Amino acid sequence: MSLDVIDRQIIQATQAGLPLVTEPYQAVAEQLGLTTEDVMQRMQAMQDNGVIRRIAAVPNHYKIGYRFNGMTVWDVDDQQVDMLGRRVAELSFVSHCYQRPRHLPEWPYNLFAMVHGKTEQDAEQQAAIIAELLGDSSCQHQVLYSTKILKKTGLRIAG
Amino acid sequence: MLAPLHKHLLNDYQQDFPLSPTPYRDIADQLGVSEDEVLAAFKSLSEQHMISRIGPVIAPNSIGCSALVAMAVPEADLARVAEQISEYPEVNHNYERENRFNLWFVAVADDEHQLQQVIADIEIKTGYTAMLLPMLADYFINLGFELNLHD
Repeated sequence: MSLDVIDRQIIQATQAGLPLVTEPYQAVAEQLGLTTEDVMQRMQAMQDNGVIRRIAAVPNHYKIGYRFNGMTVWDVDDQQVDMLGRRVAELSFVSHCYQRPRHLPEWPYNLFAMVHGKTEQDAEQQAAIIAELLGDSSCQHQVLYSTKILKKTGLRIAG
Repeated sequence: MLAPLHKHLLNDYQQDFPLSPTPYRDIADQLGVSEDEVLAAFKSLSEQHMISRIGPVIAPNSIGCSALVAMAVPEADLARVAEQISEYPEVNHNYERENRFNLWFVAVADDEHQLQQVIADIEIKTGYTAMLLPMLADYFINLGFELNLHD
């Protein structure tokens, strides 16, 4: 997954969003002094090698009514975390699922799954479904709701 | 209330926004409407902040180095600390959450060394310890998040 200078320029030029014009990739190409074909081929290559996960109209979950954003955190057996993480990620209401390090004793959780509900009850139900899936493999868990979004921007890399 | 076209645009293009010279015309053809209607609808969704952007979603840590960071900050000091942290250009998400660890943010830097420096700087400036939770594995499945837009 090696990126050259031009790949990075394309990411920098598009990560905050493509322009809303009839030919957005051409607009990016003109800005960078490339051809449209070049921009599109490089974006396709970055999709093929996994740097670009997808090209998307990214919804703002909060604004379309998913007000309850819950970070569910689980203390799962290390031997099983990969297998279980993949199963949790398959749930339709889970948007992100990651393994992260524990910080004992104050933070015993190693599996994180983000859920989004229109009501707190929805989010709790989603957490309950994850709890059922994990069963005895998870010894403890918590759901951390966000009470305030203090800052939210897309990924930014230095220019 | 969202019009049917707006619902389609919100729900159906979370994965495969066309990589073609004329993506909005392609979408218009798929949905049987005009290109102008699609552009106008996307503009309206953007203006209402229902779409945060249309563009590539970059895999974590494929460029630069990032980590989730948590801090436990007394309620009385939370506003000051949150504001100081949000001011860092390296911080791109910052949420208050209901927990003893009540401040959660993502820091992104060019490399591991620079990330550590930013975190150290944040600890000195705010006076609180940061708990670093970098991603060890990403259990990513290429499925859209199914939006329920019927209300």
